[in-house]
Amino acid sequence: MKKIAMFALVSALLAGTAHAQDKVTITVAAFPSLDTSIKAVLPAWNKLHPNITIKLVAQEFADHHNAMTTALATGQGLPDVMAVEIGYVGKFAEGKGLEDLNKAPYNAEQYKKLFTPFTVAQATSADKRFIAMPTDIGPGTLLYRKDVLDKAGVDPAQLNKSWESYLAAGKVIKAKTGASLINTAQSIYGVVSRTNLKAGEGIYFDSKNNLLVGPDNARFLRAFTLAKQVRTEGLDAKIGEWSNEWYDAFKKGTVASQFSGAWLTGSLESYMAPDTKGLWRVENLPEGGYASWGGSFYAIPTAAKNKQWAWEFIKFMTMDKSQQLAAFTINGAFPALLTAQNDNIFSQGVPFLGNQKARVLWRDAARKTQPIDVNKYDSVADQIVNTELTNVLEQGKDIKQALTDARTQILRRAR
Amino acid sequence: MQERVPLPTSRPRRRWSYDRFQQRAAPYMFVSPFFILFLIFGLFPLGFSLFLAFHLWNPLDGLGNWQYVGWDNFKLALGAPDQFWVSLKITVWIGLLSGVPQHLIALPLAFVINQSLRKWQSGISTILFLPYITNAVAITIVFGMLYSENLGLLNYALSVVGLGPVRWLAQPDLVPVSVAVVVFWRYVGWNVILYLSGLQAISEDVYEAATVDGASKVQKFFYITLPLLKPMMFYAFTLTIVGNMQLFEEPFIMVGQAGGSGGAALTSAMHIFNVAFRDLDMGYGSAMAWLLFLAIFVLSMINNYLFSRGGGRQ
Repeated sequence: MKKIAMFALVSALLAGTAHAQDKVTITVAAFPSLDTSIKAVLPAWNKLHPNITIKLVAQEFADHHNAMTTALATGQGLPDVMAVEIGYVGKFAEGKGLEDLNKAPYNAEQYKKLFTPFTVAQATSADKRFIAMPTDIGPGTLLYRKDVLDKAGVDPAQLNKSWESYLAAGKVIKAKTGASLINTAQSIYGVVSRTNLKAGEGIYFDSKNNLLVGPDNARFLRAFTLAKQVRTEGLDAKIGEWSNEWYDAFKKGTVASQFSGAWLTGSLESYMAPDTKGLWRVENLPEGGYASWGGSFYAIPTAAKNKQWAWEFIKFMTMDKSQQLAAFTINGAFPALLTAQNDNIFSQGVPFLGNQKARVLWRDAARKTQPIDVNKYDSVADQIVNTELTNVLEQGKDIKQALTDARTQILRRAR
Repeated sequence: MQERVPLPTSRPRRRWSYDRFQQRAAPYMFVSPFFILFLIFGLFPLGFSLFLAFHLWNPLDGLGNWQYVGWDNFKLALGAPDQFWVSLKITVWIGLLSGVPQHLIALPLAFVINQSLRKWQSGISTILFLPYITNAVAITIVFGMLYSENLGLLNYALSVVGLGPVRWLAQPDLVPVSVAVVVFWRYVGWNVILYLSGLQAISEDVYEAATVDGASKVQKFFYITLPLLKPMMFYAFTLTIVGNMQLFEEPFIMVGQAGGSGGAALTSAMHIFNVAFRDLDMGYGSAMAWLLFLAIFVLSMINNYLFSRGGGRQ
């Protein structure tokens, strides 16, 4: 009896050590609210791989990307899985610190067709390395206040027929209700500059690194002209995004429309203006334009310790339909995975939008969105062009002169 | 004077003695923490940034993947019409707007406190000093509420007297002023304290002698206080120049990373930060950091020259 007990104890101990040897911890670095998406899939992962512990390190948005930049620069303190937001994925792709997922053992080429097409292009560098798997996307959309439009007697279809009809609708809304058409004229520039791009064009540079900004580029000329027109006609509220005035305008309905990613609906509902439930509707961007407005990716640093399990976890989060849906229902992260977008939940109405079947609209918009080439000097160009736009709006600078100056300045910096 | 105790010579010389080692090395061991920390956090970054100023480096490429470009980064920053010049102009403008009134108010205020309000001096100093030790984020939130266009107190006050809303943090020519007000408010107390301590170092005898000679209060201020306060003024001016030329956190939190409407409050330090850490152009950022250092150095030297010229600097 004693011997048996001893045997059982020893084997239990042996099993215990064997068990312990298989235990692996992988570090996942992310930012809010993507960390909520990760937490949403953890229970299923732990059930599937009880020995692979996920250590989630979440920092604020800017802190996270600064920390990752430093880690990539020095090769120290890198996580196994690195979350990258769309605003950084272009820069990170051009750097040399992340694994090329096209190559073995990842061989991600075969998976690319599973995702909304434009996201794959976003994570591909100029020399065709594929550095991150897409997890969620931000289909660009036009939100409007149905109650304000009704009061003004404006047909919502007028908002997105053309930019001219959008501005015309704005005049009627302003005259009849006193509400502004849009928070700031800069938003018009934002949408016009990023929709209806020609093939092989990025926002500021084309695929061959040629700068597009300039007085002869029709897209920038029109974006600046329309923004200027909105400002001179008094159609914008001159309110910056992410300010108290912005939230206040949403609550009071003093701004009739807003361009953003589909995710703004969730933010409005949760904290910006929860009392406006049922007053909002969405439609596609003007002139049949489609744009990506946000999105997140997962990458593996070349210096990561557990690349094998990092890859397994990334595949689990990005290619498993039920995990993509868990992130969508818990965190509102619009899935990048096509099969997840075909789930029944997408044909249900959205209560905040008066039960409009908005998700179908966003899904179709996402599928029509063209890939936009990213460039490592996008942030430089973005800052310079926006400064020139402010000069046009605030100080009456000539549009062609502003675009000429912007071109000169960007060319100096993009070397 | 104490005689040096000679080391016992009778002790057998050994190749290595722990005692002797300890005696010789101990002082160095005790001062080593400072030097180690200084090397890591002081000298190394300094040298590294000087190195980077002559290279093109995207940190995402990793250490070692840099490319020597000679003086290109400096040429880029100094060539017209680079944003560096614009940001330098903005920095100097905000610096003047906040710095000049700071001293014009702090000095007489300190004089009055020292002359007539001695009784409440510590209380007043504490209140004046409070903004200096308050967290910048808290300050910015409070001023954000004052400056807010539709919901702010300032515009509410203006609306009471029938004036339209002013876009304090959006109109490009107003943004530097709004930022400068916060900087002024934050550091004026610090300067009052500096001047107070300078005033208290001036001997009462001098004033008494002047009183006997029939000098008025104004005469005492201009002929006794000001000349004797010169060293302290030099010190306070230098601190203001250095601090204002490196202005970063107030505009950064008030109007955001891009420097607000049209980059109207994009100071040099913010521009350097953006270039290095947002655009990931470390070489150009480092070159500008050294140019900014040079600008501060030159301004401090001018300040030094102006003060020593009068011969009043002891």
